[in-house]
Amino acid sequence: MEQAGEYRIPAERAVVWRSLNDPAVLARCIDGCQSMEQLADDRFAATVKARVGPVRATFDVALTLTDMRPPESYVLEAEVKGKTAGFGKGTAEVALADADDGATLLSYRVVGRVGGKLAQIGARLIDSAARKMADDFFSAFHQAVDPTTKPS
Amino acid sequence: MSAETGIGAAVKRREDLRFITGRGTYTDDLNVPGQTYGVFLRSPYARAKINAIDAAQALQVEGALAVFTGQDTAAAGLGDLPCGWLVKSKDGSDMVSAPHPPLAVSQVNYVGEPFGLVVAESLAAAREAAELVAADFEELTPVVATAEAAQASPIHEGLEANLAYDWELGDEAATDAALAAAAHVTRLDLTNNRLIPNAIEPRAALATFDPASGEYELRTTSQNPHLERLVLSAFVQIAPEHKLRVVAPDVGGGFGSKIFVYAEETVVTWAAAKVGRPIKWTAERSESFLADAHARDHVTHAELGLDEAGRFTALKVRTTANLGAYLSLFGSSVPTFLYGTLLAGQYKTPNIHVQTHGVYTNTAPVDAYRGAGRPEATFVVERIVEAAARETGRDPAELRRLNMIEPGDFPYETPVALVYDTGNYQASLDRALQLADYGGFKQRRAASEAEGKRRGIGFSCYIEACGLAPSQLAIQLGAGVGLYESGEIRINPTGSVTVFTGSHSHGQGHETTFAQVVSDKLGVPFDDVEVVHGDTGRVEFGLGTYGSRSLAVGGSALISAADKIIAKGTRIAAHMMQAEPDNVAFEAGAFISGNQRLTLQEVAFASYVPADYPPDLEPGLSEKAFYDPENFTYPAGAHIAEVEVDEATGVVQLVNFVAVDDFGQIINPMIVDGQVHGGLAQGAGQALLEHGIYDADGQLTTGSYMDYCMPRADDVPDFTVDTTVTPCTHNPLGVKGCGEAGAIGSPAAIINAVTDALGTEDVAMPATPEQMWRKLRGL
Repeated sequence: MEQAGEYRIPAERAVVWRSLNDPAVLARCIDGCQSMEQLADDRFAATVKARVGPVRATFDVALTLTDMRPPESYVLEAEVKGKTAGFGKGTAEVALADADDGATLLSYRVVGRVGGKLAQIGARLIDSAARKMADDFFSAFHQAVDPTTKPS
Repeated sequence: MSAETGIGAAVKRREDLRFITGRGTYTDDLNVPGQTYGVFLRSPYARAKINAIDAAQALQVEGALAVFTGQDTAAAGLGDLPCGWLVKSKDGSDMVSAPHPPLAVSQVNYVGEPFGLVVAESLAAAREAAELVAADFEELTPVVATAEAAQASPIHEGLEANLAYDWELGDEAATDAALAAAAHVTRLDLTNNRLIPNAIEPRAALATFDPASGEYELRTTSQNPHLERLVLSAFVQIAPEHKLRVVAPDVGGGFGSKIFVYAEETVVTWAAAKVGRPIKWTAERSESFLADAHARDHVTHAELGLDEAGRFTALKVRTTANLGAYLSLFGSSVPTFLYGTLLAGQYKTPNIHVQTHGVYTNTAPVDAYRGAGRPEATFVVERIVEAAARETGRDPAELRRLNMIEPGDFPYETPVALVYDTGNYQASLDRALQLADYGGFKQRRAASEAEGKRRGIGFSCYIEACGLAPSQLAIQLGAGVGLYESGEIRINPTGSVTVFTGSHSHGQGHETTFAQVVSDKLGVPFDDVEVVHGDTGRVEFGLGTYGSRSLAVGGSALISAADKIIAKGTRIAAHMMQAEPDNVAFEAGAFISGNQRLTLQEVAFASYVPADYPPDLEPGLSEKAFYDPENFTYPAGAHIAEVEVDEATGVVQLVNFVAVDDFGQIINPMIVDGQVHGGLAQGAGQALLEHGIYDADGQLTTGSYMDYCMPRADDVPDFTVDTTVTPCTHNPLGVKGCGEAGAIGSPAAIINAVTDALGTEDVAMPATPEQMWRKLRGL
């Protein structure tokens, strides 16, 4: 699976960077996130309830940040284990750039693969599911970091 | 016997009433008191080390009873799942068998391989607990592709290579010499696509253990319950045979995939005693895709030599056969003895040599599936013959006719170890050409072209070897079991008849055809005959159903048993009629001497109430027989396919299919037609739709009906089927077997039609619209 995308986020680059490294913000933005724990500066562990086509499961997610270049880019390595639902592995390159009006342009490129039931049943659906998860995440992230959004 | 129910009558299947009214009893329909539920833990990886399995959290789930792993089954001394046919490499060495524990112990070798069993009070609790078993795997590099497996580093620890055997048959030097001297050599590279069997009923098991008697009972979806019991007793060593009963109740299709003894029923049976409660396991469809034995998956290079006149002089075949991660029960025999021996086809090719490399890969085990080796052999022979006809500018039907074994040539010994007893291949070809209106093809082609469709016609003159036999020869060649069948006929005191067969019906219609055979032979009403099968507790022994053997071998055993009934009845009747046994004839259900007549029913009653009875004869009228065939039977036929390929979409429509088969004598023509129709649909599935695909990581990407395309009614035409008859010369019914022919002959015929339509030999199965669309555009 390969995927890339770009999002314009109405916040300064430093704010966006900080939020991307904030487990509380991430937990709020990942749909179905049940827990998010920072294990070290560059490591997070999460539990996420998600659905890919007919495969519905609680996934254990291990995130590792590498190639940190604050506040410009990092590489996010994800290992997802869904027990009987299978597994996923992926690497996301995330880069931030200044946009006009004090906004930030976030671009990402993901390369990943899935196994077990996710591959067996979900292979055909995985791209659209991943795209939807990314869109949902960034629209929530947009809300979370937008200074005009009122705290809820 | 009545013309409506005897041999040759199209009797409606008596079992169908219960099936179509929802009264069939399949394994999953059975429930027993105290029953628990099993869910298997399956590897998500194609190849990985098992570092640890932690079930502590799973066992906290309410209702969870136990979690068993490969460590547990190994500690309990449970044996490996065996391969029942020892194939030898050409250097004389035994095949290399990778150990196959029922539950993976230290390493998993294909996606879906079971490594644990969770048992709970309910299915929901078992599933919930399974979710909570934490297994720590360390991924290893898998080997997936058939063609590259032999050279890749070995997937199994302790094995030197992924080569299970390097097998050969035939005279290589003579074949090479004949090819060198040939006027023309046709060369072809062929792939026989991996198939995934999809019986309508998934596999299931319900195991119980009675601590009072120490007896296990396994009810399961098996094509051969006695073989299952034999393997579980002798090899896996769960319990001795007298403490293990295996019952195969109604079984919803098998096609070979339910011959084999699998991990699931094995572990469930063992665990029933450990848990002290009955355990039921029923596969979900996605488990069937992963863990039922797959089929075919060959890569082949073939060369056919012809002389100036078009006579075949030599056939050389090099095949790599994917055996999967482990040798399944008969997996080793399918691409060797069931494949190489069939490469003469219907032709007098004097020199044949075949070499098969059986390779291990990190994929599901591959074993017999409708046809088992013979569809693969037919595909090689009939594709290369068709290609040779095109290359040398000959009519494909006439090139076949020129090379066919003629009726006067029988018995005919092939260069690949078989002796064909009888046949008339020209007769089935002639009839097929007539039914297909071969002469009118050009006109039909022109009409299709006018509608933007390429039309093609393709032939397949197949032969198969059925009713595997004789036992002694097969055992010499490596078979681990005999290949006979048992039958028993009990005439009950008031004259009704109970028939026991070691053969098994899971769609074939034994309850009807076997009753027809016995009622015809004994002259008793069809409705008075009941057929019992599929229960080691009721039937003495048997080898089940595979290889189109049931009627040829199992039916013959019943004829032997019926002969014994008649012989004993004759002595009883002679005594009662005060005649000499030699002067008593048996006709239409009655013993006749002069003007005296006693029905079989009267004689049966006398045998159980022996008032006036021969003093030297035991009471009762019940006889059993074992029948071991002298030879294989050789069904053969001619299949002609016509396809249209839509230039715009690439869609291949199978527009006409003619099958003329020679199955020897026919007991029930309606059931035979049904068997042919089903086989043809499966063959069309292989040729046009079905493909089991693993990606480079060894993940099965065609693991559901979204991606694995099964044939539907609108994918096949209204088949034209007919039969020609040359009775089998060596069994009492003159029958040959009809269960697999449709799937054996049709893929080659369909692909020959597709290649004819496209004007290229380079078409892979399945001929999908995408592939056709690209070929039509030279992409």
